[in-house]
Amino acid sequence: MKQFADLHLQPPLDKREQIEKLICKATDLGYSLVAISLPPKIKQDTILFLRKTCKSHGVDFATRIDLTPKSSNALLKSLRLFRRRFQIVGVNCISKSIARQAAKDHRVDMLAFPSSNPRKRFFDQAEARVACQGVAAFEIDMALLLQETGFYRMRLLSSLRKEVAIAKKNCIPIVISSNACNPLQLRGPNDLANLALLFGMDNVSALNAVSVTPSTIVKRNREKLDSSYVARGVRVVRRGTNCDS
Amino acid sequence: MALKADSDQSIDEKSLMNAIWDMVYQLFGEFGASQTALFLVKRDNEKGIVIVRCSHKALNMVRAAITSVTDINRKRAVIRVVAVSGTLKALRRKLFEH
Repeated sequence: MKQFADLHLQPPLDKREQIEKLICKATDLGYSLVAISLPPKIKQDTILFLRKTCKSHGVDFATRIDLTPKSSNALLKSLRLFRRRFQIVGVNCISKSIARQAAKDHRVDMLAFPSSNPRKRFFDQAEARVACQGVAAFEIDMALLLQETGFYRMRLLSSLRKEVAIAKKNCIPIVISSNACNPLQLRGPNDLANLALLFGMDNVSALNAVSVTPSTIVKRNREKLDSSYVARGVRVVRRGTNCDS
Repeated sequence: MALKADSDQSIDEKSLMNAIWDMVYQLFGEFGASQTALFLVKRDNEKGIVIVRCSHKALNMVRAAITSVTDINRKRAVIRVVAVSGTLKALRRKLFEH
């Protein structure tokens, strides 16, 4: 059975009741892993509360930060500061230079394009060529699709259709996330997969985008953040003076 | 298909069906809507579950439309698909297990 993951929940962190409701709903809908977007200066007790709440509902929890840098230098600075503190790093690409920098940086996990305006979405063929050399996945935010109506939704669907085709052609992993702030914005994994049919994703790849791909990203990053990790394929097996035997 | 409306207000089956039809029409147009063969079968008032029927060829379209509903009668609401099955008998069994 597939394990579903939603790597982008955005509950208001000061309202603990709402956080609990959102996590409870995510569990009801069949998610086994959720990532909550956190601010850079998050208190440790808030993270502990989130971890405890998720554990009590039987769902795995991952920390996430969304960076919205104003320049590529600011992005590099933020990555140096926050990469080791959060399990998932997403970058909101608000300009072409930031999108290119984020795509080639191995510390970035998700490339997000928060605008529905096609002129402000920078996931084109050149971006995909850069991204396929890195590890970043292309993130599709369903909240944006659900809140748009009429002409704006039509324009967004058209952009997403082109972007998904480019991502597929260049073998870039796609992640579908809800970006939900409250339980009414949350959708089940199968519903998200069905919604993905609107922009040309087939059922198998849409289901992978809410299960296998996000789980792989979290697993990879947890390995990297583990104290025994040295480099890709190298890890500390034993510490101490008697390491010969 | 068994559906459940999730909202702060109570929602009658007519409003729910209208919301789905509106969304099918908005997303797929008249041609798409004509292929869905969507209609209400039954409403279970106790559990708040609505059973609707649609063409199996248009299932993905209908599910996408149902997922896209964000408000019913100008009230924030979401429709969740509880179970899908080919026959009413199997659907009731699934609902019972659920």
